[in-house]
Amino acid sequence: MTGDVAVLGAGMHPWGKWGRGFVAYGRVAARAALADAGIGWPEVGSVVGAQTVRGGYPGYVAGATFARALGWQGARVTSVYAACASGAQAIDTARAQILAGMADVVLVVGADAAPKGFFAPAGGERPDDPDWLRFRVLGATNPAYFGLYARRRMALYGDTPEDFALVKVKNAAAGALNAYARYRKPVTAEEVAASAMVADPLRLLDICATSDGAAALVLCGMEFARRRGVADPVRIRAVSTVTPTFPRTVLDLPDIGTDSAVAVEPSPESFRASLARAAYEEAGAGPEDLSLAEVYDLSTALELEWYEDIGLCGPGEGAGLVRAGTTALGGRIPVNASGGLASFGEAVPAQAIAQVCELTQQLRGRAGDRQVPGARVGITANQGLFGHGSAVIAVR
Amino acid sequence: MAGWFTGDGPGEEFRLLGTRCSGCRTVHFPREDGHCRNPGCPGGELEEVPLSRRGTVWSCTDGRYRPPPPYVSDPGAPWVPYTLVAVELAAERMVVLGQAAPGVGVADLPVGSAVEVVPGVLDEDAGANTVHTTWNWRPVAAEAGPEEPGTVPAAEGAVS
Ligand SMILES: [Zn+2]
Repeated sequence: MTGDVAVLGAGMHPWGKWGRGFVAYGRVAARAALADAGIGWPEVGSVVGAQTVRGGYPGYVAGATFARALGWQGARVTSVYAACASGAQAIDTARAQILAGMADVVLVVGADAAPKGFFAPAGGERPDDPDWLRFRVLGATNPAYFGLYARRRMALYGDTPEDFALVKVKNAAAGALNAYARYRKPVTAEEVAASAMVADPLRLLDICATSDGAAALVLCGMEFARRRGVADPVRIRAVSTVTPTFPRTVLDLPDIGTDSAVAVEPSPESFRASLARAAYEEAGAGPEDLSLAEVYDLSTALELEWYEDIGLCGPGEGAGLVRAGTTALGGRIPVNASGGLASFGEAVPAQAIAQVCELTQQLRGRAGDRQVPGARVGITANQGLFGHGSAVIAVR
Repeated sequence: MAGWFTGDGPGEEFRLLGTRCSGCRTVHFPREDGHCRNPGCPGGELEEVPLSRRGTVWSCTDGRYRPPPPYVSDPGAPWVPYTLVAVELAAERMVVLGQAAPGVGVADLPVGSAVEVVPGVLDEDAGANTVHTTWNWRPVAAEAGPEEPGTVPAAEGAVS
């Protein structure tokens, strides 16, 4: 396929709370990806940095910051901000450059040192920023929105807090097998139920933490990979970065009100579902082709919603899949084999890249104890503030 | 939050204020004064309009931990959880988030139940002796129903 780009290398910095700056983490991940690819940094023609705004000024200029940390060598440079989808848009930018012939080899890096506790908007008095407003006027934290979605599922579909806990139990079991995960201990349903309530019905162990972390990829054209003797690389076949469509009727971070559906009938397809559909269309694949999926389990309940949005089951059927073990390691379609954000925590610009790192190791058959047997096709899905979101499909 | 609600004076009816596009009737809340968000809109003026006083619960949750600034709360005082409720307004076909009135918890707000908007306190500045008003949602007695007829989008031009 002419639209494919090859994943030559993948690398990460272990996630946790390490007390260092994001540049240090990003450098480690970049070096690991370059070593994995067998590529010298001076050979890289372009570097794309996924950035965080919340992390402060250096985060605004991530591409050049990472390039400097690796040593200036004159590469093309790009910095990309798309909230929690920054990493995927960085991958998309790299892919576009390769397919356009602007670079043979592109290094994609995302890294963050996240503050402890709730994410909060940048400082100052900024009433023109919806993210600032939702905190100032309502105290509406990210978990508050996750709580709204979870309760809505309980009312509509009969999901229970016990169903939500099963997601955490499943992801913690997978994360325990991943050396890069922050949390590497199995968790029981009882432990979830005993953890503090944060945003009813979601408890502390239903919601992902904030973390430090970094992930990087070395991408290149198929011809370049062949010249390097890599005849059968993991290939990125689709990167979807579509916007929502008007009217958007599901309340989403950081909004206080939805669009009104008075003038235009809303699409029956959710924004999240449209992200996956656009990727499937681009890849010429469908949910039935998947070996595994990595989705943003910002909360346990949200992971169940993703099952439906990426087409693993119909609306309201998500809890049935986790109850049946379908999405666990060993199940028909493992979701978050990496351990997910439940095991990693959020390192905003890195996490969408980390998802593709996991697909890469799985499709190479190098995922160790959490290997999905015979993995051939994987999808990632993520969503960030302000109508950003993306899905990546990788194949082997 | 200037222009987000009206009627916090004595004798007035408290209402949220949005803006409505004269070209396609789309309502925006919080108020959108720059441009209509409907991509197919033929173009129109954005006019202030009061929102429905009543709606139904889309979902609700609460905040058991103190949110970070810019939310205003006294770090010296014990944290009192608040309830957040997303309310579906039938006439506007939209969902508006707000805090529930003090003392109203998630158990009082089953999905689909009727609520109404009332004035509430956002924060108090003891030094300047000022109280910042906000909107709260509170349950409506079951017999009152979700929507009184003829509230919105009745008022043309409306309250200002
Ligand atoms: Zn309009």
